[in-house]
Amino acid sequence: MNKILIVGATSAIAQAVARQLAELEKDTAQFILVGRNVDRLESIGTDLSERFGCVATSVVANLDALDDIDALIQRCWDTYGGVDIALIAHGDLPDQAKCENDWAEFSRVYNVNALSYMAVMHALALRMEKVRQGTIAAIGSVAGDRGRKSNYAYGSAKGAVAIFCQGLRNRLFSKGVHVLTVKPGFVDTPMTAAFDKSGPLWATPDVVAKSIVKGIVSKKNTIYTPGFWWLIMTVITNIPEMIFKRLSL
Amino acid sequence: MKTWSWGNIPVAEHRLLPLTWSDSAPDFSRAEGPFLAYGYGRSYGDVPVNDGGALLQTSSLNRVLSFDRDSGVLHCEAGTSLQDILSFCVPAGWFLPVTPGTQFVSLGGAVANDVHGKNHHCAGTFGCHVLGFDLVRSNGETMWCSLTENKPLFAATIGGLGLTGLILTVKLQLKKIVSNLVDVENIPFANLAQGLDLFKQYNASTYSVAWIDCIAGGSALGRGIFSYGEHSERRSITTPANRQVSVPFNFPSFALNKYSVRAFNEVYYKKGCMGTPGIQQSYYEPFFYPLDKLLKWNRIYGKKGFYQYQCVVPFGDNDEGAAAIEKMLTLISHSGNASFLAVLKVFGDKQSPGILSFPMKGITLALDFSNRGARTLALFSELDKIVINNGGRVYPAKDARMSADAFSRFFPQWQEFEQYIDDQFSSSFWRRVTEGLK
Ligand SMILES: Cc1cc2nc3c(=O)[nH]c(=O)nc-3n(C[C@H](O)[C@H](O)[C@H](O)COP(=O)(O)OP(=O)(O)OC[C@H]3O[C@@H](n4cnc5c(N)ncnc54)[C@H](O)[C@@H]3O)c2cc1C
Ligand SMILES: NC(=O)c1ccc[n+]([C@@H]2O[C@H](COP(=O)([O-])OP(=O)(O)OC[C@H]3O[C@@H](n4cnc5c(N)ncnc54)[C@H](OP(=O)(O)O)[C@@H]3O)[C@@H](O)[C@H]2O)c1
Repeated sequence: MNKILIVGATSAIAQAVARQLAELEKDTAQFILVGRNVDRLESIGTDLSERFGCVATSVVANLDALDDIDALIQRCWDTYGGVDIALIAHGDLPDQAKCENDWAEFSRVYNVNALSYMAVMHALALRMEKVRQGTIAAIGSVAGDRGRKSNYAYGSAKGAVAIFCQGLRNRLFSKGVHVLTVKPGFVDTPMTAAFDKSGPLWATPDVVAKSIVKGIVSKKNTIYTPGFWWLIMTVITNIPEMIFKRLSL
Repeated sequence: MKTWSWGNIPVAEHRLLPLTWSDSAPDFSRAEGPFLAYGYGRSYGDVPVNDGGALLQTSSLNRVLSFDRDSGVLHCEAGTSLQDILSFCVPAGWFLPVTPGTQFVSLGGAVANDVHGKNHHCAGTFGCHVLGFDLVRSNGETMWCSLTENKPLFAATIGGLGLTGLILTVKLQLKKIVSNLVDVENIPFANLAQGLDLFKQYNASTYSVAWIDCIAGGSALGRGIFSYGEHSERRSITTPANRQVSVPFNFPSFALNKYSVRAFNEVYYKKGCMGTPGIQQSYYEPFFYPLDKLLKWNRIYGKKGFYQYQCVVPFGDNDEGAAAIEKMLTLISHSGNASFLAVLKVFGDKQSPGILSFPMKGITLALDFSNRGARTLALFSELDKIVINNGGRVYPAKDARMSADAFSRFFPQWQEFEQYIDDQFSSSFWRRVTEGLK
């Protein structure tokens, strides 16, 4: 379990997961960090290696470019000869109102939040099923559990990722490959910098990372993190549509 | 209601600018100031507060840039907490050269307050072990400051209360250890003179501190427990499971009163007297950070918050320092203003590079007081007078109330310091203590 690929490695949640995995694996861990900004990737890699003695390689890529993703994953795969754990964590939280008025914007973020996830998972699945082992952890969101007017451009993409994961899990189970869907609630990261963070629902990236690592190690299917979101989403998904469509959520 | 410092005083409004990357410092020419860097808000009063201005939140700047396991030189982003550093340095056989009584502070905060620990008498302050740091000024310049480069800014920033700019990274010399255990002994003493004698007697021990019962008066005035320690040579133990508990809400104000504190102090003292004599081994955390196990313990003081008063007075040629401490303890004991934690320590003469650094050779006393408004403030003014008369100082990191006049007597060097302040940086503390002085 020591060859670890992190796609969207500069995300706050991904950084926290990387540190916790490195602490588990210590100096045997080998990281491949994929993201857009090489300096930031390097600073994360240096942090991991100086703290824990592990190794890290940066791979610069813009995940908008779907057609390049297979080659990207091949390059990552070849770096250390395979991938044991892959975390997919990049994401773009768009302005819903902008998406409603601008199809190009909707399609751009849908591409990043849904299709690029699928392309990465598709490429990993082909390789992992051959070697009959591996873990794919994809970050969805509680926003993907039910469409709401305030954020369905983002939510529907996250929902699509969750359903894709379900199918893939079903396909890869017999091949010994584990697929984990992660559904975080509100997390205090740069993505949510503009939000008011008072109130009890906000979690830190460290707390979310802890449950992601636990989910990877204990081969969970889907996790809500923090766990209380399972209860909240059970209530929300069970409100009849008749009523739900009238609500302002 | 959001508060910004450990004492829950004062209330303030800020624009928050979280910093995520070392290349993401704000464009000072466009954002609205004044600015102040913020670590973990473990200062008690208004040193990390900038009412009406912007706070640069540094806690995500927590990456290690380099850690040389042979030489113990560590270079990290300035928001890295001491707890985080210990988590990977202790297993590698290195320890912080100086640490305050909580590990939930940032490197930047440790530099800006030039914090001290139980080893001040041998090791000096945190700033004595800083090899250098990157300082971002509001003109956009980032300067490496050390004893050899930009030395004036180096000296101004150590103990500079965040006023000289944003510290981005800190390079620190760690200290070698062989074990994660410390050898500790606790010795009860019956009064202040005995306590101070113990500091003399154990002057060669690396760590020393005393806890004082400041409710007991009369002949028991200044009774307490002296504790000294060394890093152990024994084999390390496996890291104990982290069993922190958190105080879930603000206690109502009646919970802390003369009687409950008296009872606490009585039990604590008796327990100390009955403890097993001789040297014991302790994991480093309970020895250095006894309060960190109880997260958010400041809530015990309730919504009104609390003050800490920490001063230092020089020994004096004829023990005037000890007499001054005795006078202060008498005033405090008579005031009946409950104080759980009173800590006594002797500072050594190792000079910090910091211009505005607090410690000086002498005796330091630190106590908590629940906030009883004017009565508490009046007591502090009396204590200030004693400190001023003895040529001592009060610690800004713990302060929310000293007058501008008192400040200028404690820190006459403030005028020398002032020229290094970044003109876009300021704090509530600084505005308060320099009001009317200029
Ligand atoms: C339980 C407890 C025990 C303590 N024991 C001790 C002790 O034994 N000895 C001691 O000396 N102190 C002690 N303190 C005080 C504490 O160590 C200091 O107040 C420390 O500076 C707090 O660090 P912080 O990161 O929380 O900084 P904050 O309180 O957030 O800020 C403190 C100052 O540092 C500045 N600052 C923070 N980060 C930066 C940066 N990156 N660049 C520039 N300026 C910056 C701020 O502007 C502010 O002026 C104790 C505090 C507590 C709560
Ligand atoms: N924060 C929350 O409340 C929350 C809640 C539920 C789910 N999530 C999900 O959790 C994941 C991690 O987010 P976070 O909260 O950690 O946010 P974050 O720190 O803002 O990270 C978002 C990351 O996505 C990357 N990214 C965006 N577009 C990209 C593109 N086209 N190509 C490559 N990388 C791209 C960004 O890279 P750059 O550094 O290059 O900009 C950044 O690293 C995301 O999938 C997010 O949707 C977050």
